[in-house]
Amino acid sequence: MTDQDKRPDTETRQDGDDSGAVTTTDQKPDAGKPAQDEPSIGQRFLRELTTGSTALTILSVVLALLIGAILIVVSDPDVHAAASYFFSRPGDTFAAMWTSASEAYAAMFSGAIIDFDEYTVGRALRPFADSLTYATPLIAAGLAVALAFRTGLLNIGAQGQLILGAILAGYIGFAIDLPPVVHVVVAMLAGFVGGAIWGGIAGFIKATRGAHEVIVTIMLNYIALFLLAYLLTTDPFQREGEDLPRSPFMLPTAELWRPIEGSRLNLGLVFALLAAVYTWWLLNRSTMGFRFKAVGFNPHAATTAGISVGRSYTTVMFICGGLAGIAGATQVMGTSLHLHGAIAEQLGFDAITVALLGRSSPIGTVLAAILFGALRAGATTMQAQTQTPIDIVLVVQALIVLFIAAPPLVRAVFRIKVRATRPVAPGSGGLA
Amino acid sequence: MTETTTATTPATTEPESENVKALTRNWAPPIAYTVLGLFALVVFGILADSATATFGLSTRSDAIQLDPLAVPSKLTSIVLAVGCLLAAAYAFWLTGKARKQPLWLPILFGLLFVMSFLVWAVAGAAISLTGLLQGALALAVPFIFGALCGMVGERSGVINIAIDGQLLFGAFLSGVVASLAGNLWLGLIAAPIAGVMVAWLLAVFTIKYFVNQIIVGVVLNVLVYGVTNFLYGSLLAPEQDTWNSPGKFGKLEIPLLSDIPVIGPVLFNQTIIVYVMYVVVALVHVALFHTRWGLRVRAVGEHPEAADTAGIDVNSVRFRNVLIGGAIAGFGGAFFTLAQQGIFNKEMTAGAGFIALAAMIMGRWTPIGAVFAALLIGFADNLQSVLGIIGFPIPSELMAMTPYLLTILAVAGLVGKIRPPAANGVPYIKS
Repeated sequence: MTDQDKRPDTETRQDGDDSGAVTTTDQKPDAGKPAQDEPSIGQRFLRELTTGSTALTILSVVLALLIGAILIVVSDPDVHAAASYFFSRPGDTFAAMWTSASEAYAAMFSGAIIDFDEYTVGRALRPFADSLTYATPLIAAGLAVALAFRTGLLNIGAQGQLILGAILAGYIGFAIDLPPVVHVVVAMLAGFVGGAIWGGIAGFIKATRGAHEVIVTIMLNYIALFLLAYLLTTDPFQREGEDLPRSPFMLPTAELWRPIEGSRLNLGLVFALLAAVYTWWLLNRSTMGFRFKAVGFNPHAATTAGISVGRSYTTVMFICGGLAGIAGATQVMGTSLHLHGAIAEQLGFDAITVALLGRSSPIGTVLAAILFGALRAGATTMQAQTQTPIDIVLVVQALIVLFIAAPPLVRAVFRIKVRATRPVAPGSGGLA
Repeated sequence: MTETTTATTPATTEPESENVKALTRNWAPPIAYTVLGLFALVVFGILADSATATFGLSTRSDAIQLDPLAVPSKLTSIVLAVGCLLAAAYAFWLTGKARKQPLWLPILFGLLFVMSFLVWAVAGAAISLTGLLQGALALAVPFIFGALCGMVGERSGVINIAIDGQLLFGAFLSGVVASLAGNLWLGLIAAPIAGVMVAWLLAVFTIKYFVNQIIVGVVLNVLVYGVTNFLYGSLLAPEQDTWNSPGKFGKLEIPLLSDIPVIGPVLFNQTIIVYVMYVVVALVHVALFHTRWGLRVRAVGEHPEAADTAGIDVNSVRFRNVLIGGAIAGFGGAFFTLAQQGIFNKEMTAGAGFIALAAMIMGRWTPIGAVFAALLIGFADNLQSVLGIIGFPIPSELMAMTPYLLTILAVAGLVGKIRPPAANGVPYIKS
């Protein structure tokens, strides 16, 4: 997000509109701090937090959680039971509705951030570690989508790129003997390369044959899925003496270090954050990133300026694929510790919502990934405690993104008065 | 990009997007056909052992009984592969003359290639051709509905990635309504309504709020997966008798027509949903290409500014088309619950909406083309399970990749010209 304040592109325009519109309703005390000439990252972060787009994000999340609560309430058997005698004792129905929603969300909170039932600080914070574990692949895969957005490409293929990354990193991890540290680095690189090849194919076809990257990446997702399923039926990818579609465990030298006992939080988070720093550097401090953004903003103008659009597409998809590949590598080397058919879960698709929520900036993507990781971790606990199906997360996630994508809608819901808003046209580079 | 020339075939030219040069000849399709044809000739024909491939042509209940067709596999494969090469030669000739490739050419080529493969794969064994085709059609039905849904939207310039969501929600609501009401027909009425609900969201966000169409599509899919999975977990699974026991439609045999050998039992012994599909395919074809409505829709999809100048309300045409598409896909979704399974299952569309998208593209945004593409994909899908039963050596996972690989080849321009409507995906903002 930080970089966007400087650059005139579609998103900034949108943000500009929002900040004028919504800040008044959501002033934080910190906003009054005097700004220096060259604001530090911390100050920019604070400013970002208090500008309109953040307020809009918060309102969207609240609205999405509210709708999620409605869904929880209407499907709760206790509520149905109380509603059957609604006209004799209506209070019971409302009490049941309140219990249903509040218990579910309380369980979600305790599963995502702090568990107040635990007595030591370390154990009480374990849920947050779980959230970060879920966030790790989302960060890297979200970056893969976000970076493509900035270049004007819609990378729907993070799923497939992630699978290829997991295949290569996993294979290096369980089949090849290497010294400690080196093994992790080599496997991680292999993950990057695997994803990069898959992404690069889509970029190359787009650059040379003009095929729409959305179609190509969707199809590559399926091909990757079947490739993984096929490999898991072959001997090199199966455990010895078994005929099940799962690989041997990672060799100890290839496992990512887990600092907290009893939690799956692992070194993968550091790799994901490094990927975010790299993406930030690429977009804001490198010539290549400048080219990417130029292409994303206006490919015709970029061509006129002497930038090869085709080469930019290929390169950026190569890098995006690599980032998603890292997500796959952290999944296999840090979280599941072996390859299996569902290694990619729905991560590649969640990554799209993460990048949208993070407004395609590296910092925003990291924060969005942590939020969705927390939702996921919380929902797991919620399902265990209140039998509310975990899929409520998908609903909330989708709603958040829909609301964020259409600021006028959220304003209408919360009756926020705005000066005449101009709809933001999504060009090839704009995303929402 | 294209083999169309404005000079020689003025009648068939369409407005080209600006990066397309009118006079370039695309040699990729004939080369691709040749490579595939030679592959078929060598692998399925010359290198194969000679054996007999047997295809059953009738089922036991048929009125007219035909003897199973037994063919020498090697010779038949070679003949079919030579047919492929002839098609490739014709494509070369067309490209040399800079003429447009007709739609039937890739269809014919695909048929010949698949048959050559089939004869090779079945060598030394026997399968029922009728059963194979029945299975193929059953798999293709949702693809066809989905492809028509995408087409109605995209012809007017709105990309619909949410086809899968519309199919799934149609499947869900039709199942729930049919269970609650205890009436399959009410479920069948609810299905298009479900599709329209999802489509309405797509239309509001893309046409009213100008949110990127692909993003809304992706997000709506996630939303529908979420809502249906959630309700499945909290209502449909625990209280299955009340919420999820719709039952299914029986097959209706059409007299006389269903007695036609081979295709009769395939096409005319089906559920009501499939018969409606035939009607919808014909309707969409006629409506798009032979009515004033279709002309307007295509004008809006190709050149909205011009359409607007001519007095067409671009955005309301688009809005309406997205809703019509939603109704079609929603109705198709009912096929899963009310014709196939008799019960709703989590994510039971299994990505059919995305395959539908592929079928639409391979069919070049025409109903007839999409039907053939969907049938081809359904055939390949079904073949993979049938061949698994007769112990065919190629792993089913690799066979399952074929439709997706073909789509990539198609959009990469290796199977002829693929040109989406010019204004596809571009929001129309009146200035």
